[in-house]
Parts: sequence; structure tokens; C-alpha cells
Amino acid sequence: MASTITEKIIAAHAGRDSVAAGEFVYATVDIALGNDITAPIAIREFAEAGFDKVFDPEKVVMVPDHFTPNKDIKSAEQSKILRDFSRRHKLTHYWEVGRVGVEHALLPEQGVVVPGDLVIGADSHTCTYGAVGAFATGVGSTDLAAAMASGKVWLRVPESMKFVFEGRRRRWVGGKDFILAVIGKIGVSGALYRAMEFTGSAIGTLPMEDRLTMCNMAIEAGAKNGIVPPDDITAEYEKGRAEREGVFYNSDEDAAYVETHSFNAAEIQPLVACPHLPENVRAAAELDGVKVDQVVIGSCTNGRISDLRTAAEILKGRKVHEDVRLLVLPATPAIYRQAMDEGLLEIFADVDAVIGPPTCGPCLGGHMGCLASGETAVATTNRNFVGRMGHPESQVYLSGPAVAAASAVTGRITDPNEL
Amino acid sequence: MVKGRVWKFGDNINTDEIIPARYLNTSEPAELAAHLMEDADPDFPVKVSPGDVIVGGENFGCGSSREHAPIAIKAAGVSCVIAKSFARIFFRNAINIGLPIVVAVDAVDGIEQGHSVDIDLDAGRIRNLDTGEEFSFPAFPGELQGIISEGGLMNYVKKSLTQGN
Repeated sequence: MASTITEKIIAAHAGRDSVAAGEFVYATVDIALGNDITAPIAIREFAEAGFDKVFDPEKVVMVPDHFTPNKDIKSAEQSKILRDFSRRHKLTHYWEVGRVGVEHALLPEQGVVVPGDLVIGADSHTCTYGAVGAFATGVGSTDLAAAMASGKVWLRVPESMKFVFEGRRRRWVGGKDFILAVIGKIGVSGALYRAMEFTGSAIGTLPMEDRLTMCNMAIEAGAKNGIVPPDDITAEYEKGRAEREGVFYNSDEDAAYVETHSFNAAEIQPLVACPHLPENVRAAAELDGVKVDQVVIGSCTNGRISDLRTAAEILKGRKVHEDVRLLVLPATPAIYRQAMDEGLLEIFADVDAVIGPPTCGPCLGGHMGCLASGETAVATTNRNFVGRMGHPESQVYLSGPAVAAASAVTGRITDPNEL
Repeated sequence: MVKGRVWKFGDNINTDEIIPARYLNTSEPAELAAHLMEDADPDFPVKVSPGDVIVGGENFGCGSSREHAPIAIKAAGVSCVIAKSFARIFFRNAINIGLPIVVAVDAVDGIEQGHSVDIDLDAGRIRNLDTGEEFSFPAFPGELQGIISEGGLMNYVKKSLTQGN
């Protein structure tokens, strides 16, 4: 039976030769992930159900990244629940502040997730790991609790949609612009319950970090998972970092897709998603009347080294606009260190940016950069819902790092080609 | 059988609206319920009463995976959420924690804010007590019935692990 990569990975983890879209299966998980917001509920559920042993201390992963370094006493208590649980169960994948990074940047970087894995995470952006050819999907805390105990998750096998990108990317256009082009076309529920598979020559040449950005935002179209079939770029990325040997699956030529959407990469401009949904996508060049109070460069979507390099390239020799606060948050300590070694942090300091710690912080209006009423931010993050970055009457525009950096310089939304 | 007054919301109600992230430094159900839907309607936590029903449009519960959202809804005493469609993680979470949810497109169009409804979850029937109109909805797939009948995923998993499945 012809299968997609998503179907093959699920089948392999359900002890089956093949599975069909719409079927329910109980699948074995390679990694079950929680963070300082979602894991405390999972830990409570786990204990209340009477479980005292996790199914595998190497596969249950805890990442305190949302409200860390802890913003208040309550969040410190939540982190403590993770810390105590991780120690008690001798979890091999727990990172303390100073070593911790934003989960979806950290896990691929550290080789914790490898190609062919089936990963669940109590965080909606768990779908990021599809970039390395894994099946990865966001679930809730009770799902995590059940997986911590049993090593399994219930799944409905998703129908697959194919997104084909051909042609050569324009300057300053990256994975964020690609995925915004997709969400702008199909809408925030356009891939509800489905798998989004990204292919084509422009994906074949797309660097891993851009692929991570694309798969990261599959959830913003409602998808169960985003995935890029693994290739030479994947193999190169995994070299020296994969903790386990991965399995490279690929879709069969005659696999079934419910929809196929084609994009000409050469026609995609630097894009922005306007308030208050990620589907409100417009060209940055059309929005130059929008004044900006804050710019955030970071998060699991665009806080990686290539994002910081892009931003630094635009910012170098310029200054952040006097009415703008520019926040740069490298997503992991390794990225922070590399940005330091490459002189990027010096560039950010020279232009009067504030350099924050690796944390989800401002992305969800948690801390480290909340907005006041009436304020507007451009952010390389993933959601622009009402109140997402702070006050319910603030506004968030989503972009890639190039538009964000250019906007920080001019004080209004700016296509970097205009600088 | 569930009976209650309706609070109606639109499409794409996201979990940041259901429970804003600024309150996620706790996971206590009662504390979360005190801020339910407050960015969509600041008085909602005060106005909502036990037994009330939330009606949403397409893609209800989209965004963050936070189980705090269905927990807050349940802890506020909301007896059921009816929507045209649910975002998938919210759907899972509701099934897993035993919050009754119903997918019924016609019913959403035929019920307005302030109406009262009764819902027979077993028979798959919603009655609008103000208009007398009735709507049916299909049962969830058999695979999910096991979780629903156990009252949630943890009971189900506990039972199946004990039975050695």
C-alpha cells in the first residue's frame, strides 16, 4: 500500500505494516515532552492516577522554558515541580536554567529528536520536529501523563496535504515567509487534523533552520504535524548531534494526498501576518504605515543562529529607531554562545538592542517584554492572537528576522529591500 | 442529559482567549476558572453559572496546547461546549479530561446567546428550549468511547495497564 512519510512513521510505531488516514491507533512514543506550564498538570495527573514510575527515564523530557528565569513565586513553584519530578525519576533530559533553551530549538539542536521518531509534546509547537523527518505533534497535559506512564499515545492517522515549493528564493525571504504564504492561502483551520508535507526543489535547498521554522507553524494552520522528508541536508544536520540512529522515511510516489498546493518561491516576498490571526498575511512592503513600539527576535520559530545572523546583517552599522525597543533572545545557550563568538551580540549591543536569555518569555506575553494597551510589536514569533504579547488592546505583527530587524531600524513595518 | 443557558462566541476562539498566558503560572482549576474568557468578555467569569453551555464556531480552542483551557471551562461549571469544529489539541484535551464537547454545525447556527438548550449526549440530540428546534449530532468514533466511558484518559490507561494490554 502506498503511504506518506507520516503514515509510515505512525505505522512503524503502532506495530503495523501500514495505516490508513482516519484510523485510530495506539502508538509507541520515542520522546514525550513537557514544559514548566504543561508538565505540572501532567505530573499531578500521573500521581493522582497512582503511577510511580515513568515508562523510560530517557524518553520523558522536561524543559523549563516558558516562565524561566522564573518571573514570580508562582512560576518558580511550577518549575520546582518539574525539577523535583525530573530528579526523583532520574530523567536524563532535564535542563536547568543556564543550560536550558526554548524546547523546540533545544531538542533538535541537542539531537534528542532524530529522523523517524514519533514525538508527542505538551506544547502545540512540538510539530517543529517534522523538519528532521520525525512525526511530532502537540498534545495536552493528560496525554503527556498517560504517555509518561504507558509510553503510548492515541492518534487518529491524519490525511496528508502536500505543499510543493519550486523556484529560487528572493533575497531576505526564508522559511517564515514560506509558511506565512501557506497559512495566508489556506487559513488557520486549512489543515485542521491533517499532516502538512513540504516538498519541491525550493525545500530541497532550504536550510534546516528554515525547515524548522516552517514545521513549527504547521499548528497555525490547525495541522497535526508538519514534515519535510529527510534528505542530505537532514543527514548533514544530524551528523555529530543525533543521540540515536535515525530512520529516514520517505513518501511513496503514489501516496494519497487530500490536497496539493504549489508555490513559486520566486514570487514570495517578505511577508507579515497582521493582527489577530496568523492567516492575515500581507506583503511587508504594503504595511509601511504601521508604526512599531517593540520588535522581538527570538522564540522556537525564529530564535536560531541563522535568524540572528540575518538580523545582525541588517542591523550592522545602523541604530534601532529611538521610539522602538528591540529585544533579541537567542533560543538556546549554544546559540547565545555562537552569537557571541561570531560577534553578533556585539552588533546587537551596538545598535541599542537588549539581549535577553533563552526563554519563551515575550512570545506568549509571559514576561521579558509584555506590551501595554495600544502598543504594536513586530515579532518573529508564531501567534498574534488578541492579548498574546500582553495587553488585550495591543497588536502583534508576525514576520521573519529580516523584516523584524528592518522595522526596528525605521520604526515602522519595513521590507528589508527598502533599506 | 445536560441543560443550560448559552454563551455564544465566534470562530477561531483560541486558548489565549479562553485563558490568557498571564495566568498560567498556576494550574489550580478554581484560579483558572476565575479568568475564563476574560479577554473576550471581562465579566464572563462572574456571569457564567454552573450548567451553562458555551457555543463556538469553527476551530474552537485553536492555538496553544494548554490544558488549562478545558480545565478552566470545566472548573467554571460549564456543562458542555458545542462548536462547528474543534482545534485538534483542544478536542483531545476535552476528551481526555472528560469535558463534554459536541460537534454540531446546524445547532451552532440555530442557537443564540441567552437561549437555553438541553443536550442528550447519549442520544446525540440538542433541543433549543427557546425555539423548540432540535438538532442531532453523530456519536464519537468507537475508539474514543472507551476513554469517554471511563471518564477520561487516565482512568482508561490505568485500567488497560492493569489488565496488561
